[in-house]
Amino acid sequence: MNTPIKLPQGLLDLASGEPINLSRRRFLTSTAVGALVIGFGLPLGSARVQAATSAAERGTQVPAFLEIRPDGSVRLLSPFMEGGQGTHTAMAQIVGEELDADPATFIVESAPPGEAYVVMENGLRITGGSMSVRMSYPTMRRLGALARAMLLQAAAEQMGVPVAQLTTQPGRVVHTASGRSLGYGELAGRALDMPVPDPASITLRDPSQFRWIGKPVKRLDAYDKSTGKAQYCIDLKVDGMLHAAVQHAPRLGMSVGSLRNQAEVQAMQGVHSVHVLPGAVAVVAERWWHAKRAVEAIQVDWQEAPADSTVRVMPADFSSDKHRDFLAAQQGPARDDENEGDVAGALAGAKTQVQATYHNQYLNHAQLEPPSALARYNPDGTLEVWLPNQAPDMFRDDIAKRTGLAADKITLHSPLLGGFFGRHFLYESANPYPQAIELAKAVGRPIKLIWTREEEFLRDVLRPVAVVKFRAGLDANGLPVAIEAVSATEGPTEALAGKQGEKIDPTAMEGLSGKAYAIPNKRIAQIYVKGPVMLGYWRSVGNSLNDFFYEAFLDELADKGGQDPFDLRLHLLRDNPRLTTLLQAVGELSGGWKRGPFTAEDGSRRARGVAMASPFGSHAAVIAEVSIENGQVKVHDIWQAIDPGSIVNPAIIEAQVHGAVALGLSQTLVEEAVYVDGKPRARNYDLYPVLPPARMARVHVRIVESGEKMGGIGEPPLPAVAPAVANAVAQLTGQRIRSLPLSRYTFS
Amino acid sequence: MELRINQKAYQVDAEADTPLLWVIRDNLGLTGTKYGCGLAQCGACSVLVDGNVVRSCVTPVAGVVGREITTIEAIEEDEVGKRVVATWVERQVAQCGYCQSGQVMAATALLKHTPAPTAEQINAAMINLCRCGTYNAIQSAMQDLAKQESV
Repeated sequence: MNTPIKLPQGLLDLASGEPINLSRRRFLTSTAVGALVIGFGLPLGSARVQAATSAAERGTQVPAFLEIRPDGSVRLLSPFMEGGQGTHTAMAQIVGEELDADPATFIVESAPPGEAYVVMENGLRITGGSMSVRMSYPTMRRLGALARAMLLQAAAEQMGVPVAQLTTQPGRVVHTASGRSLGYGELAGRALDMPVPDPASITLRDPSQFRWIGKPVKRLDAYDKSTGKAQYCIDLKVDGMLHAAVQHAPRLGMSVGSLRNQAEVQAMQGVHSVHVLPGAVAVVAERWWHAKRAVEAIQVDWQEAPADSTVRVMPADFSSDKHRDFLAAQQGPARDDENEGDVAGALAGAKTQVQATYHNQYLNHAQLEPPSALARYNPDGTLEVWLPNQAPDMFRDDIAKRTGLAADKITLHSPLLGGFFGRHFLYESANPYPQAIELAKAVGRPIKLIWTREEEFLRDVLRPVAVVKFRAGLDANGLPVAIEAVSATEGPTEALAGKQGEKIDPTAMEGLSGKAYAIPNKRIAQIYVKGPVMLGYWRSVGNSLNDFFYEAFLDELADKGGQDPFDLRLHLLRDNPRLTTLLQAVGELSGGWKRGPFTAEDGSRRARGVAMASPFGSHAAVIAEVSIENGQVKVHDIWQAIDPGSIVNPAIIEAQVHGAVALGLSQTLVEEAVYVDGKPRARNYDLYPVLPPARMARVHVRIVESGEKMGGIGEPPLPAVAPAVANAVAQLTGQRIRSLPLSRYTFS
Repeated sequence: MELRINQKAYQVDAEADTPLLWVIRDNLGLTGTKYGCGLAQCGACSVLVDGNVVRSCVTPVAGVVGREITTIEAIEEDEVGKRVVATWVERQVAQCGYCQSGQVMAATALLKHTPAPTAEQINAAMINLCRCGTYNAIQSAMQDLAKQESV
């Protein structure tokens, strides 16, 4: 029933970086619903010339990004993936603002791999680190402005008037003097003959004149996602496709010995073929259900990993609780990430010393869409792969390496992501596409492989754990004069590299390092401990654990020093007007800081906690209100003030804050990936609880636009949630919260 | 066997114990209904069977022969479903969107039985998981819908 997916040949060529001719500038393209439409691309020849002469000018190859259709709708190929964070809508707002086209007229899809789409100011093209908008904002604005200039020039020629007499209104070029106007759709064909103007000649719109940037523009995908029309990788279909399912080795690194019942499985209903893969067995069938049922029936003699295994080997005796104890026992050596003043001297001279040890838990990504991949070898030897990803060029390069194909023989499609949270980076052993490609090659037909939820939980990379030992010194006034944090941990970047780098992995230490509080003597250090668990990036990465540790310990210092935690933070930020404003803003938003405990209107005893975080270029302050209900923590309200500098879409930001609060509460209250005997205890949502609706808090958001450099928004609202809740619980119950999740505690 | 889905009859070739979800998705190509867990934990696979919300990932197809199945693809053909979708869009509920087919089905089922549900009834019915954390937006949408009906 699905429309087979076709990609316009022009884009295939663009993706390959080969010289191309867009066959008289017209190409067929498929819309999101699969209908074929003739569209007019913008000129490519001139852009190619420019690319050759000024390769450093990012995001100037207008035709690689934009197609304006006869009806005036605008198809934008986004360098960034859409996985719920609203980036596709933001891109339409940014480009539309300068193109002078209503974002509502945009159709946004994810661009293929290729140099043209490397638009981030750090020279990357990834969807992660809350970077998409902030790292491409000026470039994407300029792209829209360049396209507008080309349309103006085309209109000048068509109308026979000087370009200076023309202006635009949304979707149209207007000649005010004569009252004539032309729609962008009418001009796109002629605009093809226009050169891309010199980027230096472009004037961007004055921000005071913005119509769409900074406004709560509606998401472009809201309707499709409310009616089942949005298509994710798992939904895709091509002609002649077979389905596949896998059974993974119970522990990573193990390999397939023999299959005890291969003949029986081969004879099962619907089975096409049975395959042995690295660390897995697979069944290919006409229907996925048949493949799944058959592959689960295979009795495999799994072999222990060889000594020279290329993947991280999970030992048979691994236990996540024992690993935590192992981390806690590490004495060093530690490597300093921050070292200011004289921590040892200040501690020795302090009136009061405070020590505490904190830890956190492993987490799964648990995005709702199980991983899948669709692979098709074409008759000409090229390979097409559809797969969820956050970094298309890296995935294409990896496929090239695995298959021996040149990159220009590989077409990579990046469908909508059914949630990602860091799940869809390139993780050796945790992505299904190598299996799908191998199976497609073996059977000579396209293969769509879907991992069951159970196979996903077995191979997902986990959010790291750390054991952090704090020491701090308070002066005679009870104010902190020294703080030391030594974290025994392995960061996700270290795990991917398999070793410690020249420099400390920032994703291991962010949130312990980079705190803004004016404590004159501080030392933040890492004891690198390589573990047996394959790690990955999880929404807000190092900050997701480290801000919990630091901000909860800071409350301990406040209590020990007889300080109110809100006032102490204000004091420690007294020379930081931006964060002072932010903290005051969240206090105000919550109706004025009150710590409690107090009795709420419903008679329950409640308390509030406060915490701050400065992740991914933005800053956040959170206040949480909690009570204890049936022995469990209930979070009633989360107030969050967030300062991302400047903004593109306040409605999407507010939605991201809600979502980040939900994930933050999930890791605080219920979530935990536990390993026993080398195996995850949970392989589905039954034993791996994620935050259910009943445990969501009311969320109140205030966006503070300081006007500073634009920061991220997908991840920054998450890290301060856990410590704000933990601090509230400590105040309410008198029980210090030094680990997550709270489901491990008993409250009365 | 013959299934009635979205007011149409389909001849389906599947074993009796095949989950309805996979018949809908693979045999019939209706992919708006999502696979999330296969264990009736998340609700992404929710469909209506005779107007009741059912988790199709654990519903054997043989059990729904002769009954009226509605999937997200036909939700706007239902007057209540159409209002739910409009409110979902108005409230900008979706983020990644993967769970939202199931959320819309659950909302529609509730409102068809209980046009003006109380907060407790909403909480009891809207239990599907959303990893993006759209729960508050869903709440707002449900309150809007409950009010529309009680006016």
